[in-house]
Amino acid sequence: MAEPRVIAEPRVIIVGAGPAGVRAAEVLVASGVRPVVIDEGRRDGGQIYRRQPEGFTRGYDSLYGTEADRALSLHETFDGLKDKIDYRPDTLVWNISQGRVWTNANGRVDDLEYDALLLCTGATDRVMPVKGWQYAGVFSLGASQVALKSQAVSIGRRVVFMGSGPLLYLVASQYVKAGANVVAVLDTAPFFARIKALPKLLAEPGVLWNGIMLTRMLQKSGVRVMTGVKPLEILGEPETGVSSLQFEAGGKVHEIACDAVAMGHHLRPETQLADLARCAFRFDAVTRQWLPVVDADGRSSVDGVYLAGDGARILGARSAEASGQLAAMTLLSDFGIAASDRWALRQAVANYARFATGLAEAFPWPHEQIADLADDVVLCRCEGVTVGEMRRVDAREANRAKAFNRVGMGRCQGRYCGLAGAEVLAAARDLPVEAIGRLRGQAPVKPISVGVAEDEA
Amino acid sequence: MSRSDVIIVGGGLMGCSAAFFLRQRGRSVTLLETDLVGRQASGTNFGNVRRQGRPIDQLPLANRAIETWRKAKELLGSDVEYLQSGHMRVCYRDRPENVEKMEQYAADARQMGLDLEILTGNALRARFPFLGPEVLAGSYSPLDGHANPRLASPAFARAAKRLGAEIHENTKMVSAEKIGTDWEVRTEDGRIFRAPILLITAGAWGDKIAAQLGEPVPFATLAPTMSVTEPVPYAIAPAMGVMTPVEKETVYFRQVARGNIILGGSTRAISYPDLYRAYVLPQNTVSQLQQIRRLAPALGKLNIIRVWTGIEGYTPDSLPVMGPSGKESGLFYAFGFSGSGFQIGPGVGETMAELIDTGKTDIPLAGYDIRRFAKA
Amino acid sequence: MNGRFTRLAETDRPKVNIIVDGQPVQAMAGDTLMVAMLSSGTSLRSAEFGPEKRAGFCLMGACQDCWVWTADGGRLRACSTPVENGQQISTSQPEVTWPNHG
Repeated sequence: MAEPRVIAEPRVIIVGAGPAGVRAAEVLVASGVRPVVIDEGRRDGGQIYRRQPEGFTRGYDSLYGTEADRALSLHETFDGLKDKIDYRPDTLVWNISQGRVWTNANGRVDDLEYDALLLCTGATDRVMPVKGWQYAGVFSLGASQVALKSQAVSIGRRVVFMGSGPLLYLVASQYVKAGANVVAVLDTAPFFARIKALPKLLAEPGVLWNGIMLTRMLQKSGVRVMTGVKPLEILGEPETGVSSLQFEAGGKVHEIACDAVAMGHHLRPETQLADLARCAFRFDAVTRQWLPVVDADGRSSVDGVYLAGDGARILGARSAEASGQLAAMTLLSDFGIAASDRWALRQAVANYARFATGLAEAFPWPHEQIADLADDVVLCRCEGVTVGEMRRVDAREANRAKAFNRVGMGRCQGRYCGLAGAEVLAAARDLPVEAIGRLRGQAPVKPISVGVAEDEA
Repeated sequence: MSRSDVIIVGGGLMGCSAAFFLRQRGRSVTLLETDLVGRQASGTNFGNVRRQGRPIDQLPLANRAIETWRKAKELLGSDVEYLQSGHMRVCYRDRPENVEKMEQYAADARQMGLDLEILTGNALRARFPFLGPEVLAGSYSPLDGHANPRLASPAFARAAKRLGAEIHENTKMVSAEKIGTDWEVRTEDGRIFRAPILLITAGAWGDKIAAQLGEPVPFATLAPTMSVTEPVPYAIAPAMGVMTPVEKETVYFRQVARGNIILGGSTRAISYPDLYRAYVLPQNTVSQLQQIRRLAPALGKLNIIRVWTGIEGYTPDSLPVMGPSGKESGLFYAFGFSGSGFQIGPGVGETMAELIDTGKTDIPLAGYDIRRFAKA
Repeated sequence: MNGRFTRLAETDRPKVNIIVDGQPVQAMAGDTLMVAMLSSGTSLRSAEFGPEKRAGFCLMGACQDCWVWTADGGRLRACSTPVENGQQISTSQPEVTWPNHG
């Protein structure tokens, strides 16, 4: 470990006010540091503990279920920190350059210098393209949860949940509890994968038990729950959107009428800012994703840049709280401020990592199904590029393919097509998916207006 | 070991088009590219296919190039998204002396076969109502246009390959030595290539190779600032740019047929050619957007969805090094196009092929002689 | 009201009125613009590179599929913009009216 870089009052910026960012801010404040906390959300909590708008009245139990206590604790902690931090909600960090973060809030750009930067950027859904997924009425699984949690709406009148991963069952059960009409939960993972992953899943027996109870609850409510599913097509009309879903299961083709599909295969970290901060990445074979390199204490490969929560690696909300605390303590120790014992937190994160590996094995990313998609399936929703165009591209690497066929070049910057695109290209070139590489992050991380004005210096 | 008539080092637009035209002339060609063809400045530039504004004595080269751009689809067998939709260069009210310069330029350019129309006042507003109030006058070139840089060089490389050129990507030259009448080029992976002719088209890395060959060139590598907006309905045909002596004010934009508007210019950043990386500085993006709003306020409503840059090689006089070596026979250069090589690229390739094949060309190259830097 | 989204709770909030493509739409205080629009309609905009209508995808500001326009051509990301009384929204791009030249 490097010698502490002693700065009396290091300027610390935390990006993200979800479980990792909030717990990190708490640790910093306790040591007398006043961090800047920049968050895109209008309110704290991140996606998982997203707070409903002012004036909504549902209680914590109804919003967060088994995680109600954690959500309440996180929100109360943050409320207590607000006058001890420089909190900037509703603010996008759109670039990082030369030791400064560049923000955009209400059409004004600003830049802030930092000594230490802690990125707690969270995750978005990992999705597998399906024929017809561009129709209105198809949403990400996370979207369906946000709709319910933050706005008290269902994404449709007949909702199908399709994909894999614990979130699939969680959100479906939340919909059922809230009175929505869930017509099916379709899991691409075969049931036996769960049995095989059981030893690792036992790393977090409480979470495992919650998961089992969810499935039971869904079945009791009469929701059709199927595993080992192969999605075939989301049928619909360009004007009116989704009308039904075709899939294969148990050797038979099924069709279910629906007006909404929530799809997701677990999550992927939001790593664009780590990329712009020039952090090194590594390929993670378990999840088949490129992740920023992070040591056991939360340090990235770049001095002064720290990573925590699902933005570094998908380990879940509980782990995010621990890794946020851990990274903040590491940061303090690196700056010679405080050196608490981090052993217990390291152990906790390692245990969540074991559990997460179990989840990845129990609910695998169906890359063989993706490799097998028909040529006419839309791969990139932003630019309308098909799987066939990806197969035909004269390229063996993700960024080169993007230069030629625009996959990843659209508004979402490859968030929703990058991983599937890499699988299609890898299969078409007969290369391992890691050889395809990853789409490099490019500013602005999210769109900014040509009309942005500069703050007066 | 492999032997050919010509070894080309550098697979940008200059190298790939030279390979293509050399094959058309029946010369055997081996092209060595450190990375992938067209990945550097040739693939990341703004995409202007603009003759107006170039030095008057460069127009024969530019005219030669435009012939290729016009028939690129048939010639190369793939679409490089060339749109001959016009080019407009404007100046601002705070520099009224530019109008006279535009008029003089138009008169001179006409002699070289480039027709320009100077627009001011109501005629300018009626034609281009989206221009800002600060715009005083403009020079319109109806037969210029723009193309997709990401596609152009690879299209030339593929066409050259179809004609029999050997294209070696991921092949970095480490040394070139004259042995007898042959150049012997060694690559990082230990291969050896031989040819009586060596053409250096290594763009922003051209100075390093020239220095290795005993002909140093004062050189800077810079990273231009590029942005692209969300797609909006296609409505702005010509590429638009600002004529000004101030780097910060020098911005330009063009709308591609799919609808996105590409923004370029304003302050450039330093680059890292040894790492093959360059980064857009956010402050340059902000200043670019500010200047774009000055040029066309209506664009202020749009969102930009991505920024990028590349590595461009600049000489002190902003003119390229193009032509034979001042020292060695069988050695040719075409690099250092100083941020304005894209339009003339196919003309450069064709002219270098002609020069190599026949020993002469009618295209004036005197101003680009590498020996101009040896004198100092 | 025959919208894509259905309200499951929190239905006692004050009403808010907005105009979408010239038609009055009733929503509730605290709605996002997206929920306001999809509680009475089925889509937000048209895809640029396909024939289909779009209704957003991620609801967390990541996919950029839900941008709509204000009457004066401003851009709003519907999933992360709160609805405001009197908002005038267009589901198609105002630049259609730009002059074509060349």
